Amino acid sequence: MWEVIRRWFDPAELGSVGETPDYRFSLANERTFLAWLRTGLALVGGGLAAAQFLPTLPMSHLREVIAVALLLLGAAVAIRAVDHWARTERAIRLGEELPASRFPAILALAVGGGALLLVVAVLMRAVGGR
Amino acid sequence: MSTGRDPGLQPERTRLAWRRTLLTVTVVTALAVRLASTGDPTGAVLAGGTVLVWGALLVLCWRRGTGTGPTRTGGRTLPLVTAGTVVLALLGVLLVLRGLW
Repeated sequence: MWEVIRRWFDPAELGSVGETPDYRFSLANERTFLAWLRTGLALVGGGLAAAQFLPTLPMSHLREVIAVALLLLGAAVAIRAVDHWARTERAIRLGEELPASRFPAILALAVGGGALLLVVAVLMRAVGGR
Repeated sequence: MSTGRDPGLQPERTRLAWRRTLLTVTVVTALAVRLASTGDPTGAVLAGGTVLVWGALLVLCWRRGTGTGPTRTGGRTLPLVTAGTVVLALLGVLLVLRGLW
């Protein structure tokens, strides 16, 4: 695991494999990384907003649980972004197939599932509360 | 800039992507500082840490988001901005947990 992390911070190692591609491919890969990083930052921002703007929910500490879950999900998306960028860059340089990933599907299911749970919480509040 | 016509304006698009990222970082920092502002010393320390990370990310994104020099891609900047994002998330976790005790 530490070896993988060390590799992210060692651009010379990445630049030593295969051939330097058309710079436009590297730029496109970098923009994809940035789009994922912003996705992670949006989740972090969502967690920070949940912590301070959500009203009290029917379960104790549910607001804090939601906030921490969003914050950790945002960090995971950011880490996965740089890992996927490095693996894609390596594949482009070596002329291999781009790395396949289940991550977008998993993230979509997590966000969708979380939204459904929140709908249930809001409905419980509307029916049971007051 | 490399020679020849680039109809996709790739370097420009990439610079704009870096600037959008910096804007997002700034919004997240503002939310974190707002959450931290309750007047207690722990909140002040966490807010200070958040602003420091924002400053580091500002420098990194600014370098990539401006200028018309040679096209630069990859390098250490990418893992560094990732690390900054992870630190922002962890500071956020501490800010949320701080409210529980």
